[in-house]
Amino acid sequence: MKEYKTITEISGPLVFAEVDEPVGYDEIVEIETPDGETKRGQVLETSDGLVSIQVFEGTDGIDRNASVRFIGETLKMPVTEDLLGRVLDGSGRPIDDGPDIVPEERQDIVGEAINPFSREYPEEFIQTGVSAIDGMNTLVRGQKLPIFSSAGLPHNDLALQIARQATVPEEAEDEGDDDDSEFAVIFGAMGITQEEANEFMDDFERTGALERSVVFMNLADDPAVERTVTPRLALTTAEYLAFEKDYHVLVILTDMTNYCEALREIGAAREEVPGRRGYPGYMYTDLAQIYERAGRIKGEEGSITQIPILTMPSNDITHPIPDLTGYITEGQIIVDPDLNSQGVTPPVNVLPSLSRLMDDGIGEGLTREDHGDVSDQLYAAYAEGEDKRDLVNIVGREALSDLDNKYLDFADRFEDEFIEQGFKQNRDIDGTLDIGWDLLSMLPKDVLSRIDEDLIDEHYDEDAEAEEVTAD
Amino acid sequence: MSQATESDVREDGVIESVSGPVVTAVDLDARMNDVVYVGHEGLMGEVIEIEGNITTIQVYEETSGVSPGQPVESTGAPLSVDLGPGVLDTIYDGVQRPLDVLEDKMDSAFLDRGVDSPGIDLEKSWEFTPELEEGDEVTRGEVIGIVPETESIDHKVMVPPDALEEGETAEIVSIESGNFTVEQPVAELDTGEEISMRQEWPVRKQRPAAEKYTPKKPLVSGQRILDGLFPIAKGGTAAIPGPFGSGKTVAQQSLAKFADADIVVYIGCGERGNEMTEVIDDFPELPDPQTGNPLMARTCLIANTSNMPVAARESCIYTGITIAEYYRDMGYDVALMADSTSRWAEAMREISSRLEEMPGEEGYPAYLAARLAEFYERAGYYQTINGKEGSVTAIGAVSPPGGDFSEPVTQNTLRIVKAFWALDSDLAERRHFPAINWNDSYSLYRDQLDEWFESNVDQEWSSQRQWAIDVLDEESELQEIVQLVGKDALPDDQQLTLEVARYLREAWLQQNALHGVDRYSPPEKTFRILQGIKTFNDEAFEALEAGVPVDEIQNIDATPQLNRIGTTPDDEADEFVSGIEEDITEQLRELY
Ligand SMILES: Nc1ncnc2c1ncn2[C@@H]1O[C@H](COP(=O)(O)OP(=O)(O)O)[C@@H](O)[C@H]1O
Ligand SMILES: [Mg+2]
Repeated sequence: MKEYKTITEISGPLVFAEVDEPVGYDEIVEIETPDGETKRGQVLETSDGLVSIQVFEGTDGIDRNASVRFIGETLKMPVTEDLLGRVLDGSGRPIDDGPDIVPEERQDIVGEAINPFSREYPEEFIQTGVSAIDGMNTLVRGQKLPIFSSAGLPHNDLALQIARQATVPEEAEDEGDDDDSEFAVIFGAMGITQEEANEFMDDFERTGALERSVVFMNLADDPAVERTVTPRLALTTAEYLAFEKDYHVLVILTDMTNYCEALREIGAAREEVPGRRGYPGYMYTDLAQIYERAGRIKGEEGSITQIPILTMPSNDITHPIPDLTGYITEGQIIVDPDLNSQGVTPPVNVLPSLSRLMDDGIGEGLTREDHGDVSDQLYAAYAEGEDKRDLVNIVGREALSDLDNKYLDFADRFEDEFIEQGFKQNRDIDGTLDIGWDLLSMLPKDVLSRIDEDLIDEHYDEDAEAEEVTAD
Repeated sequence: MSQATESDVREDGVIESVSGPVVTAVDLDARMNDVVYVGHEGLMGEVIEIEGNITTIQVYEETSGVSPGQPVESTGAPLSVDLGPGVLDTIYDGVQRPLDVLEDKMDSAFLDRGVDSPGIDLEKSWEFTPELEEGDEVTRGEVIGIVPETESIDHKVMVPPDALEEGETAEIVSIESGNFTVEQPVAELDTGEEISMRQEWPVRKQRPAAEKYTPKKPLVSGQRILDGLFPIAKGGTAAIPGPFGSGKTVAQQSLAKFADADIVVYIGCGERGNEMTEVIDDFPELPDPQTGNPLMARTCLIANTSNMPVAARESCIYTGITIAEYYRDMGYDVALMADSTSRWAEAMREISSRLEEMPGEEGYPAYLAARLAEFYERAGYYQTINGKEGSVTAIGAVSPPGGDFSEPVTQNTLRIVKAFWALDSDLAERRHFPAINWNDSYSLYRDQLDEWFESNVDQEWSSQRQWAIDVLDEESELQEIVQLVGKDALPDDQQLTLEVARYLREAWLQQNALHGVDRYSPPEKTFRILQGIKTFNDEAFEALEAGVPVDEIQNIDATPQLNRIGTTPDDEADEFVSGIEEDITEQLRELY
């Protein structure tokens, strides 16, 4: 391994060095500072005689006298089942005072793309126990379903609730088989505060989830560039557990906004032509290389389900970070500041939320025959009620028709009874759908045009509408 | 893709630099757009710039670990596709490598590097039946025989367009029926040219055609809002722009499933892996509404998903359109869907910025508009060089950042395409699907297709459509007033118009792609639903005139049944509508 003392330029997170032997693109570099600290980096560009290096741990302390070593390989993650229960830093080094990790394999952290031909379409319902998700935006095994939130909202509580409550109903039924041991959580934190980190760790420890988790922690005061590798380390570990050890892995990545800021920082240091709002033009491709590492593979037992969390700058869904994410992921769950200030928990606004894989994961034999229709009708009715709210502010309730008033009441009850459940309650899918019918029964039967007539006959509560009418 | 034979390969260049998918080499003897193999692993790339002794290459595979000093070999041939039987019922990556073959060769579900494969199976033998005899004269492009390629499609074996000059004739000196592999000659010309079932064609070059006509026939889509309001012609161009989650992919997939094309080329360009998997799973199961055969029998899929190498995303559009042109040359009507052209444009931007080209608007290269125009220009209703009529219809999804249509890809596309189906996040949020905004969308083909719909569906096709448009227009004006004063403040006749418009939206424009029946609406049914709503309209206004209060008109229980026509099986729909019409008429007339 050749060692150079040829650094010519240091600029932000980048270091440029002269070389007299060829160096491979993406290869790992070790830089030893004059006071003996070793930092790792990665080759961003290589040409005859000159390489540019992105340093993960920040360039402070590096000077012209620092020595540069090229390892001759790309960044690898040492993987083993023993990682379960361990806490690592954002570069994958243990920080929990546990024993050394003896890897079974070392895997390239830039995962190869899954051949679309080899994928298995995800359609196994995951019951999260949260009505806004199960009923309206169903999650399935192998899906990538992000939470779009804003600073100060309880997205972490929601993520933790999902991690705690998620089950695949059939499995719960045939107890005795040790299926639950096959469930693992990978938690990748990027630039979150110590306080948030504690929140997660406390919950993991309290519920015993830590044993079946691998935690990667890059905190707010850790180097920003490191954040670009943290999710890749997490996903490499997830792929190993899912596709070599048959685990059903749930990957929580938070906060993707910090990840994207780090990308922007590197782009700016490289003096690249920036894309929209200063983010690199290749951010879509870069994010896709993270998010697409979810899914199922034909013939494999395990799966990777991803719940990335991101905070939308200024709660703006058209900001490049949520925008590009939404274009890649299989839907989004929107945590809404207005619902939050109304006190609805979890404050999920279902209207702009979406699960693209819902359709194949629900229905007879999967959840319930009426699920699709009920959800469609709840959407339509809630949207109608929302419209009426705007109107009622102007003209008052009296100016609205009977039906319009019912829609208004519906929207209120939908938020207070269907969405509202707190972070502790675990509702099964029957419970969720039954609440749905309770609410739909407030409306006259013949406006329920999204629902099959037989299902209306079966589930519609004739008395409920009458009650409402007399109550008026 | 079409593979170079060993003898073409010369080891002649050396890598000078590597930056992501862009590699430069020195001392490489290659032409623009030649395919080259890069590095010790032989990663496939294409020459995109030559400057002095430096050749710039875009590499179609990941370049991690590739270093300066490694060799580059030129094949001396441009990026080409393999054309012949076996293209249909196949899924390719962006450079026409069959993904099932790659899975096999790599023995993994993950895409490894440096593995190549021909676009069509070179070993498989096909049954060739000549259409011509020894002694017959042929010109370029002429069909010499037939191969049953799939249940649905007879593959026409043609004299390659570049085998003879335009206008040149040659005589067939031998032609044989029987089973052949795609490389074995099935005929020989007196020029010495041997003709096999396989041709190669460089993807960036349009295949020649004799003439381009004004398209007059609709591509019947089975989507009510499209056939009914914004139809597209066979040989036409259309764009579907919309923010994420508004229904671009579902719309494209519905078209791929139900449009009355002979052949479908579906390009997943920089989008989700699972969406391609869904197509791979569904298409072999679903029947083609025209033939009843599995849809896959008429389909070729190209999948270059968002996490696959970005350079191959740039090329997948060309791979797709070249395949489409090839089947057009056989006289087929081909429909090509590209989901999404924005990802293609972004791939251009990414490569361009690595080349440090002067950026244009929002960082896109200055040639963005030209490339988009070239692509859509390859669509059209043509007379082929062998005298047949064939078409390529191109339908591109556009993914504007933040859903903002003023961005360069949407704007440049708008200037070219003739049908514009604008998706709307408001409609999508309230689950009004397809979320095509009827105020913002248009089709310039509408008038030229009326004749077809009038003689094939109903004489009243265009007049009834105009009625629907007028009602919807009036509704949007009235809605503005309603937002201020509430609906009850409107006069009765306007309230009734709103009611009719609501049925137009709910019973006619909305169509559930996930419902086994509703997902496909034959034009007869599309027309009949509208007729049913019109009947309600006419009867209701008569009742109003006779003094019946609008509340009572709205309250009859027959009208909501209109919303259930879509999900009523096609062969029962007519009777079902008649039943509703009778009930409506009876119930309304009872009121006065
Ligand atoms: N015609 C339709 N019928 C029913 N649902 C639809 C329809 N179009 C879109 N959807 C719903 O909207 C979701 C997003 O559609 P999709 O085509 O994937 O959006 P885009 O490609 O614009 O991001 C789908 O998963 C589906 O639930
Ligand atoms: Mg899409």
